[in-house]
Amino acid sequence: MTTSKQVLGLYKSLLEKAYKFDNYNFREYAKRKVSDSFRMNKDVKDENEIKNLYNEGINQLAMLDRQTTISKMFTFDKLVVEPLRKHH
Amino acid sequence: MMFSKSVRATPFLKDACFSRAFAESIRQFSHGLPSRMASKGKDIHTSTIVEPPKVQPPEGSTISLKSSSRDDSMFGTRPIYLDVQATTPTDPRVLDKMLTFYTGLYGNPHSSTHAYGWETEKEVEKARAHVAELIGADPKEIIFTSGATETNNMVIKGVPRFYKKTKRHIITTQTEHKCVLDSARHMQDEGYDVTYLPVNSEGLISLDDLRKAIRKDTCLVSIMAVNNEIGVIQPLKEIGEICREHKVFFHTDAAQAYGKIDIDVNDMKIDLLSISSHKIYGPKGAGACFIRRRPRVRLEPIITGGGQERGLRSGTLAPPLVCGFGEAARLMKEESKYDRAYIDRLSEKLKKGLLSIPSTQFNGSTNPKYQYPGCVNVSFAYIEGESLLMALKDIALSSGSACTSASLEPSYVLHALGADDALAHSSIRFGIGRFTTEAEIDYVINAINERVEFLRKMSPLWEMVQEGIDLNSIEWSGH
Ligand SMILES: Cc1ncc(COP(=O)(O)O)c(C=O)c1O
Repeated sequence: MTTSKQVLGLYKSLLEKAYKFDNYNFREYAKRKVSDSFRMNKDVKDENEIKNLYNEGINQLAMLDRQTTISKMFTFDKLVVEPLRKHH
Repeated sequence: MMFSKSVRATPFLKDACFSRAFAESIRQFSHGLPSRMASKGKDIHTSTIVEPPKVQPPEGSTISLKSSSRDDSMFGTRPIYLDVQATTPTDPRVLDKMLTFYTGLYGNPHSSTHAYGWETEKEVEKARAHVAELIGADPKEIIFTSGATETNNMVIKGVPRFYKKTKRHIITTQTEHKCVLDSARHMQDEGYDVTYLPVNSEGLISLDDLRKAIRKDTCLVSIMAVNNEIGVIQPLKEIGEICREHKVFFHTDAAQAYGKIDIDVNDMKIDLLSISSHKIYGPKGAGACFIRRRPRVRLEPIITGGGQERGLRSGTLAPPLVCGFGEAARLMKEESKYDRAYIDRLSEKLKKGLLSIPSTQFNGSTNPKYQYPGCVNVSFAYIEGESLLMALKDIALSSGSACTSASLEPSYVLHALGADDALAHSSIRFGIGRFTTEAEIDYVINAINERVEFLRKMSPLWEMVQEGIDLNSIEWSGH
């Protein structure tokens, strides 16, 4: 059985990863997509369905882990809508 | 430049010398501008001393039309991408899929004697199924190609050549993509007749025109699904029915439509369909052709050789591209509701923000049934599109299609709608996709508002219009 604690943990890990895209558009999309997906499925009651969604989320987490790493390896100038973070 | 009194109705902006001179004058003008130029005149009431921006554009740079309302040194420099009709960014999920083929799964999918071949072949077939599913086709009806250009060539040259003994006539439209028009011209050189159907002011063909154009020896009707410049959607189902009734093959170039609008090849009676991977967040260099099996469509292949893809497109498939394309198609299906609702919302916002500027015009259909919302084409009267693009270095946009935007020629698509040269010249296409953000749309609305106002202020045309002079009564000279 998938516990709500596990689900919440997955949500937090996914969102954390989403923030790690260096690419602005991918980052914004991933953030939006993660929160919207959980919101969309918040009323799912069927245990099997929850389990499937959870496993799907674990796969997505692995994908985000790989792709955010790649995004950080190949970086480009920030976009004109991106505030520059002041270093130090 | 001088104007004479004689009245000539010919459009004036067509003259490239004029356009270039105008653009040049803007470039020079914008050099001498204070960087906080527009709309802040009322600031004199405030007591704070306005510091000059920390970062000045480099000497000789044309980037001087900066925003007046913020400190640009606090922001990045890379332009916002709003040209998704030209190509889309590769989705990270697609890249994730592709990388397995650039690392471990390198077998040739046509090698049938060992596991390396089998494993990639299995993946290629999965991709084929994903591509087919989105349009209700059978996987066997999908032929992988290098893109929509190749597919369009393959169809428009291949089908008539196969049936050349009895059929010599092709029907297409005036607003097709260049690769369709060029293939059609090529067939004219080979002795075929081609009819180019006109479109109305919204870019739609008339079904009556189509019915009248069909002859006994018509072999193929090729009409695009979604136009790449104005986003207008042709009535595919009605066209399909007319074609089937007259036993003519119906091909549609769905490069801009695939996955973005609902297409069912059986319901719409489509016989051939072109798809491009890089318009749906897939890799560049991949595409597909749907070729109906029942009733069977035959065509003469352009590329012959090892007999891959049922002999219609020989050559070793590229599993990284094909499987990335397949994954992109799968995602288009999975995300379709989510993406479309999002794009709809941003499109509405952008349209509202742009059309509130005076003397602007939306190009395309006002009926949502015939308009893809991710493509917003707007004309800004009394400004030349190229000058506006030059003033919008911080937004990646295009006037017209990617292939024609490098030239100063007005768009042939807008011409076909009956737009005069000035309007065709002053149009800009805004493309919204899965990765466009709301902040980007807000930025664009603001930037366009500011700079249209600025460019108009120094446009002699705008000044004359304000004075009530009819621009069409002026003849320009001084080439
Ligand atoms: C309508 C249409 N057809 C064909 C193409 C060409 O596609 P590809 O780049 O895959 O050859 C494009 C892209 O520019 C297009 O918009």
